[in-house]
Amino acid sequence: MSYEQLLTETALKDERVVVMTAENRALVRNMGRTLGNRFIDTGITEQTMIGMAAGLALRGRVPIVHALAPFLTMRAFEFIRTDIGIANLPVKLSGYIPGFLSDGNGPTHQAIEDVSLMRGIPGMEVYCPADEDDLLKMLPAVWASPHPAYVRINHTKGEWEHQPFEPGKAETIAEGRDITLLVHGFLFKNAQRAKYLLEQQGFSVGLINMRSLKPVDEAAIIQCALHSESLVTVEDHLLTGGLYSIVAEVLLRARISAHVIPLALKERWFKPGLLTHVLDHEGFTPVQIAERVVRELQTVKK
Amino acid sequence: MNRQTQQRLTERALKVREHIIRLSAGGGCFIGASLSCVELIVYLYSEWLNLQSNDLNNPGRDYFFLSKGHDVPALYGTLVETGIIEAARLEHHLFTTDSVYWHPNRAIPGVEFHSGSLGHLPAVAAGVAVDLKLRRLQNRVVVITGDGELNEGSVWESLLVANAYGLDNLTLLVDRNQFQANMRTEELIPLEPLADKFEAFGCAVRRLDGHDFTQLEEAFGELPYEKGKVNIIIADTVRGKGLPSIEARADRWFCSFTEDETVQLLEELHGSVPAGIYSETLIVR
Repeated sequence: MSYEQLLTETALKDERVVVMTAENRALVRNMGRTLGNRFIDTGITEQTMIGMAAGLALRGRVPIVHALAPFLTMRAFEFIRTDIGIANLPVKLSGYIPGFLSDGNGPTHQAIEDVSLMRGIPGMEVYCPADEDDLLKMLPAVWASPHPAYVRINHTKGEWEHQPFEPGKAETIAEGRDITLLVHGFLFKNAQRAKYLLEQQGFSVGLINMRSLKPVDEAAIIQCALHSESLVTVEDHLLTGGLYSIVAEVLLRARISAHVIPLALKERWFKPGLLTHVLDHEGFTPVQIAERVVRELQTVKK
Repeated sequence: MNRQTQQRLTERALKVREHIIRLSAGGGCFIGASLSCVELIVYLYSEWLNLQSNDLNNPGRDYFFLSKGHDVPALYGTLVETGIIEAARLEHHLFTTDSVYWHPNRAIPGVEFHSGSLGHLPAVAAGVAVDLKLRRLQNRVVVITGDGELNEGSVWESLLVANAYGLDNLTLLVDRNQFQANMRTEELIPLEPLADKFEAFGCAVRRLDGHDFTQLEEAFGELPYEKGKVNIIIADTVRGKGLPSIEARADRWFCSFTEDETVQLLEELHGSVPAGIYSETLIVR
């Protein structure tokens, strides 16, 4: 099963579904053939696509719209906020190549503030799948919900069979007394390997897949903070407004003080290049993640 | 244009195409769209823009903006062939050791502004052009846009505004290669009659063969066309120009070829049989 197969199945079963794209066809290459005129390619016009999606939703449709994540969430931001957000319409946003997945494209194509922007819209849900398996497990619930939603599309092949998806619930892979890694999206695999490396050094390490960022699993975050010495947030997103911010907000609200190590992009866009080079340059390989965590822990102990 | 100049530019364009082909290996590039605008960029940098390669920030320079940023391989190649950057820098393509990647940025000398998100630079160029008018300066401003890029409403907004401010020092050069990423423009969001659309927005329009240096010289030599109007040059081009095996396929937009395939493409460029693109290394973004 692929994203496109699931989308096709869903659309053929439910005639409310309309598939749209602003000429980003990577995920919907064959939809024109399978779906006929319920596939609408508006050309390179993100704002118009979103406005039209709102109009279609007003008529009872459920538009599932596609564009590169930066252009979808930023070029069309005010249209999303105003036409979809204010009206609370069930438009489903699929943002392609978010975060590090834009590899060699450069800052214009880097969606590393998309979580921050989308979760700032009242009523908008935000989901970040760890890999293709996770993506396919969450989409039926995301698309069936009556709310607008943004999915940070990640269909890279994973190595993990994920638990069933429930909106607002994190996936606890493991619990740890010393460290808990909280991660979303594409970096899940590297965090999982970093967990193994840290365990080899004698740490007890937990791992949480923060697949649902809004609504977020507050109980899971609080649980980790209470039972783990240190938390680590791992994300290919700016430090501002992403997972680290979410964790901080939750803990502050619950009046829980915790040691949290943020691994994120700090006040800059990442250096473009092929994905493996990017990860290495930015310090997000499994070895680098483990090293950065250990270094931070040593600083605290001093 | 004299024969000698024409021959020099033709040779330069061929060299630029070689660079583009080499950049399509090791991770790939937007090869089809890069090949269509080679003559446009080569002409501007070689003949028209008032640029000094040893003083790129000279305030008297003309401004060039590549709004369809994914064509940057054509610009990289031109910057090498005009001596503005070292050829060796292109070997760092897609490595984090340099800033040579799929879209232009100002870490590369000769790149006036970054791009990659479509429909931005007509407005940025209008900002530069309006300042030149305010200061009564004679520098000229050129922007290359794609034809698919014309889908973006911001292009048309900027033309309305630029004409409202009488920016006849601004020229939009449209690489009319008939394709957007996945298909023919006329099959998705039809643009024709394109010249009429620009005229209706208040611009002065010319249309020419974008692979013909003589026609480019003529059109650029006559600027500005009408007082107070933004100039539009619609350059009819062929996507994948120079490589029949690329020209023939609508889906040759972003390609990542093997070294072996690029060797064949280089041979094809120099007139031998079409390259056998055996593996489906195509990635469309």
